[in-house]
Amino acid sequence: MASVRFRRRLLISCVWLFSLACAASEHAVLERGNGPEPSTLDAHRCQEVSCANILRDLYEGLVSEDASGNLIPGLAARWQVSANQREWTFWLREDARWSDGSPITAQQVIASFSRASDPATMAPLVSVLKDIRAVDSPADGAIRFHLHRPLDLLPRLSLPIAFPVRVDLVERWGAQHTQAQHWVGNGAYVLQEWTPQSSLRLRRNPHFHSPATIDEVRYHVTEDAAAEYKRFLAGDLHLTETVPPARLVELQTRHGDTLHISPYLGVFFLGINLRQGPLAKSLPLRQALSLAIDRERLVNTITGLGELPAERLLPLALGLPLPTSTEPASARHREARARALYAEAGFSSASPLQIELRFNTSTPHRRMALAVAAMWREVLGVRTRLRNEEWKVFVQNRRQGRVTEVFRGGWIADMADPASFLDLFRRDSELNWSGWRDGEYDRLLDAAQASSDAAQRADLQGAAERRLLAAQAILPLYFYTSKHLVSPEVEGFEANPLDRHPSRFLRWLDEWDSAAQSPSTTSPGAP
Amino acid sequence: MKSAHGRQLAGRLLEALLTLWLLLSLCFVLLRLAPGGPFDAERSVPDEVLVALNAQYHLDQPIWQQYLHWLGELARGDLGPSFQYPDHRVTTLLAEALPVTVMTGGAALLMAVLGGLGIGMLSAHHHGGRLDRILMSISGLGLALPKYVVAPLMVLLFAVWLRWLPAAGWGEPAQWVLPVLALSLPNLAASSRLVRAATLDALHSDALRAARARGLSTHRLWLAHILPLVALPLLAWLSPAMINLVSGSAVVEQIFSLPGMGRYFVQGALNRDYTLVMGVVAVVGVAIVLINTLVDVLRAWIDPRLR
Repeated sequence: MASVRFRRRLLISCVWLFSLACAASEHAVLERGNGPEPSTLDAHRCQEVSCANILRDLYEGLVSEDASGNLIPGLAARWQVSANQREWTFWLREDARWSDGSPITAQQVIASFSRASDPATMAPLVSVLKDIRAVDSPADGAIRFHLHRPLDLLPRLSLPIAFPVRVDLVERWGAQHTQAQHWVGNGAYVLQEWTPQSSLRLRRNPHFHSPATIDEVRYHVTEDAAAEYKRFLAGDLHLTETVPPARLVELQTRHGDTLHISPYLGVFFLGINLRQGPLAKSLPLRQALSLAIDRERLVNTITGLGELPAERLLPLALGLPLPTSTEPASARHREARARALYAEAGFSSASPLQIELRFNTSTPHRRMALAVAAMWREVLGVRTRLRNEEWKVFVQNRRQGRVTEVFRGGWIADMADPASFLDLFRRDSELNWSGWRDGEYDRLLDAAQASSDAAQRADLQGAAERRLLAAQAILPLYFYTSKHLVSPEVEGFEANPLDRHPSRFLRWLDEWDSAAQSPSTTSPGAP
Repeated sequence: MKSAHGRQLAGRLLEALLTLWLLLSLCFVLLRLAPGGPFDAERSVPDEVLVALNAQYHLDQPIWQQYLHWLGELARGDLGPSFQYPDHRVTTLLAEALPVTVMTGGAALLMAVLGGLGIGMLSAHHHGGRLDRILMSISGLGLALPKYVVAPLMVLLFAVWLRWLPAAGWGEPAQWVLPVLALSLPNLAASSRLVRAATLDALHSDALRAARARGLSTHRLWLAHILPLVALPLLAWLSPAMINLVSGSAVVEQIFSLPGMGRYFVQGALNRDYTLVMGVVAVVGVAIVLINTLVDVLRAWIDPRLR
């Protein structure tokens, strides 16, 4: 009898240990979907979301962000700004170390900033640093930035281009300094393995000042949102980069709390080429086109994942007051007004406007273009030719502005700053795809830049936004949302407008940890 | 006789080299003629950065100089850095991706050949019967359904509902199963139909009637007489099948997130990653020319009439 009981206990213990081992191994690695293959892990050359996500785990700038996206001390323990906001001094934290254990010096950080600004580095976002005149070290462990104009430097310092790259290693290894075998960073994680087009494995950095709780993170290349979704459903991923288009209600019913949808600092708009064509000459015509679009219907039926209709350029999360809307309240009024303006511009059902709407090849863009064209047709009788182009062709055409009439546009901010949207439409901006030129607009933005008074700056920026909207150089359609699925085993994920989620703030759910650490709650040997 | 053979082989190789050179040169020019450049992006890079980029990739030189430069690099076995992934040399990217494509493609082809032989012969053996009809309907379905429909359905069934296999990824043997199946199915369908038709032909040939008359056992009949007759058309089918696998791998690798060559083909072209596309074209071109030559030689060896 005793032996039977012993064997049974042994068996149960084995099963229990096995399941624990499974749970533990299942939890050793956080599996994250990350969109397309990151183009580079050279922090200074990174310009897209997929590399920035990983670099935020591998490095820490002087300023960092918490789980909710608020700026917090990072590599710098504290800082001080001069009264005119032109001099910023940062003091490195005393326990600041590279992942190889060596201390981080102010000189190394300054060298990294020089490399980032050097054209030879080929940093695409180098303009982020253009307001920095000089960087020096007034004392041991201190770094001082001298600026051309008053500026809140902090949000810029949390961007990858401001991450401290080891220049000595760049000189030694060249472009290969980003390979796992040469990797040295100062973030919560260290690069362990990089399999292009498949995944990147990161291990916890023991020298980081506040070590992460999750030991290992694997970023998966998930180009296709539908395929990523299936991987999440199959239990292969804990966190997705996005969610494929679907009906919100169905997703919510199916996923409940694991679905995280929140406002994102990005806007989708249609741009209008103001250099040529009938739209360039006629403001009433552009107004008519804008009024004929039912944005509410677009976000409900075409995008459908909690996006907010946009009547302006600046996302609400930026906190600037709404521009006074001249738009009539009801749909009937809006459409009547659109028709009146259309007639005023000299068009009618007998001689309708014929325009071309260009977008880059993608199903969501096609759906959006079709819906807008249908609304123009329905309300005004406009004939719209839809034209899709391969991405590289599209961006080239849009930039050159020689063949475009109406085109897809959009912008996602690097920083929670209205200027990162408004600067697009300056006369000399390379991203001013509409070719809109307005001296007063530029003057307002210059004045806002020069001002060190936040309230005054907001007023000036608001005035500039109103001018842009009044000119109808763009037709804003909706504000983006960020969408993620987060496994219930993971906690610490917090939605934020810049959609940044460093792995160090994520942790396994307590229940799992306590189950793994205190087995006494369910005694396996009990008969 | 021997030297004639040698001359023929040398001629073939010369022809192959010429084809490759033409292919690569044409590709080099076409890539640069395509609208949109490698550095066109949502946000255009500042002018001074663009100048540095163009200089690094020799795009500031006339096209014939770029071409000579590329030929020189190719001769040294270095294909330069990728435009889209500047942290990697094209040769390293391809060296990591090639085994993935060869392994999945090879396994899929092996499955298609062996499975095709089995199914095709079984079907021919039961010619006109119920089994034949069922097998051929299934293979018809396999031919008609494109990979981008079958693959997601398989993921849904085996990964999401049954949870037997991972949905995607690379590294564990289990992650190999679904892509190989998806890649193999249309080829399996094609090869089984081919084998069935060839077997039926063989069954009704005079040679077989004569062999039967000599009283050979069924085993010997199938192995020594029917199999060689079936092998010939199957061998001829191999080269289009391999080309089909290479082009099909782009879809399958995308769906299953496999780090293979097929994805570089598509992405490289879309990103105007000149060096990467040239690298992929070079590798795939060499492979296809080699396979074609090999298959021709093999067929000539098996069937003297083709010499």
